[in-house]
Amino acid sequence: MQTVLDASELCKSYGDLVAVDHVTFSVASGEIVGLLGPNGAGKTTTINMLLGVLAPTSGSIRIAGCDLARERSRALERTNFAAVYAALPGNLTVAQNLRVFGLIYGIRDLGARVRALLAEFDLERLRDTKCGVLSSGEQTRVSLAKAMLNRPQLLLLDEPTASLDPSAAQAMRAHIRDVAHRGGCGILWTSHNMYEVEQVCDRVLFLSRGRILLKGDPRKLPAEHGARTLEELFIRLAREPLNASVQ
Amino acid sequence: MRLRPIAGVMLRQFYLMRGSPVRVLPMFAWVAIDIVLWGFITRYLTSIAGTRINFVASLLGAVLMWDFFTRIMQGVTTAFLEDVWSRNFLNFFATPLAISEYLAGLIATSIAASLVGLTVMLVLATAVFGLSFFALGLALVPFLLVLFLFGIALGVLASALVLRLGPASEWMVWPLPALLSPFVGVFYPLSTLPAWMRAVARVLPPSYVFQDMRAIVAGQHFSVGPLAGGIALALAEIALCTLLFVRVYRYAVRTGLLARYSAETAS
Repeated sequence: MQTVLDASELCKSYGDLVAVDHVTFSVASGEIVGLLGPNGAGKTTTINMLLGVLAPTSGSIRIAGCDLARERSRALERTNFAAVYAALPGNLTVAQNLRVFGLIYGIRDLGARVRALLAEFDLERLRDTKCGVLSSGEQTRVSLAKAMLNRPQLLLLDEPTASLDPSAAQAMRAHIRDVAHRGGCGILWTSHNMYEVEQVCDRVLFLSRGRILLKGDPRKLPAEHGARTLEELFIRLAREPLNASVQ
Repeated sequence: MRLRPIAGVMLRQFYLMRGSPVRVLPMFAWVAIDIVLWGFITRYLTSIAGTRINFVASLLGAVLMWDFFTRIMQGVTTAFLEDVWSRNFLNFFATPLAISEYLAGLIATSIAASLVGLTVMLVLATAVFGLSFFALGLALVPFLLVLFLFGIALGVLASALVLRLGPASEWMVWPLPALLSPFVGVFYPLSTLPAWMRAVARVLPPSYVFQDMRAIVAGQHFSVGPLAGGIALALAEIALCTLLFVRVYRYAVRTGLLARYSAETAS
């Protein structure tokens, strides 16, 4: 499989504070990689670096073969993201937001693409509703629709189902898996829901204090490290990261 | 620079204005208020002084020219602040949108909005107070051009300040035109100013406009050289302010300010 994301020796420091410490990983086309870790582990810092809104102190990022530092626009044309903390402007309607971001991503035949996404994410009845008055679950669907606008090769999802009810979350997970496995999109997914991670991710990276402590198949990792469940392993790593076995 | 992303930035502003009368109203309201207020002041002054001084052209004309400059500057700044208010930086700057395309979108929005204001200004001033801007002849074109260019430069500078200092610094940028107005001699000749203020006026392109405008109103020939210098100066200041914005943007990307932009994180 083709590598769509290649992050090499990524570091980010704020003075003496090291937020991300020599993190190296890759995501292949069609693969869903979970980025796990306790609060403050460096997940969002890593995602911000991958999105080009935070410059790494050192290290390199290649997206679909493009160096993010040198070919920023080309790399980001192939990327998109959805995050609970980055709601779309609430003073524009759903359709207006999709059109604005569609132009920014340079989408051809934008009208048809927006109509298709409104249908795909069950947003047709909300198309003329301002995003600011939508429920958090509806806003998540709009963010995901925006994230699919450019048919990204790399999709960064920061807790994409955090605001969804269990039924909607299940449907969304199935949808995103479909996007990855049929559309060939590589996905980096952060979540605190270990059940979800086991369901969705092909591979996970455990991040703690800015370093990758563990990586592997989320369905096999617990047994390999003497834990009954992924959640138990997560809790152990979050509390005693330095005692954990490092791979 | 690519046109589609620039159109995206403009479309966002167009949607905001279309859906919000409170955003459209200021494009007309302040111009109308200035015309009415200064129109009656000039009419009163003319009634006292007789026909010796053309107050309508010299005072009302100057006020409206300055108003045009202020609208341009505020057009750029307001378009930028819309992204501050809606916390849209992460959404915009995590896209292929280049910083030059973003600025071009803000400037193009300001041009469109201020042209509407300019039209209203010309129609009202002519219809109600008999001020004919076209009496300034072809000089009107470079006059407006200098004010337009300097308005863009100041708007980009104001946006850079807010990006660097945080949303709470918004209050600092609104009075910038008022702060500059004593130096550029909107209502009086530059010779009225003390030497240090005249020195400041030399780097402010509008000072050349108002100097030449007064010369035309007084029936004198105006000198093309200083006005051409004003245009060159304004272009240089746009380049400098754009460079400053890009530097501040890079600082914000390096320090994490952009990713966590809010009043609390900016310092």
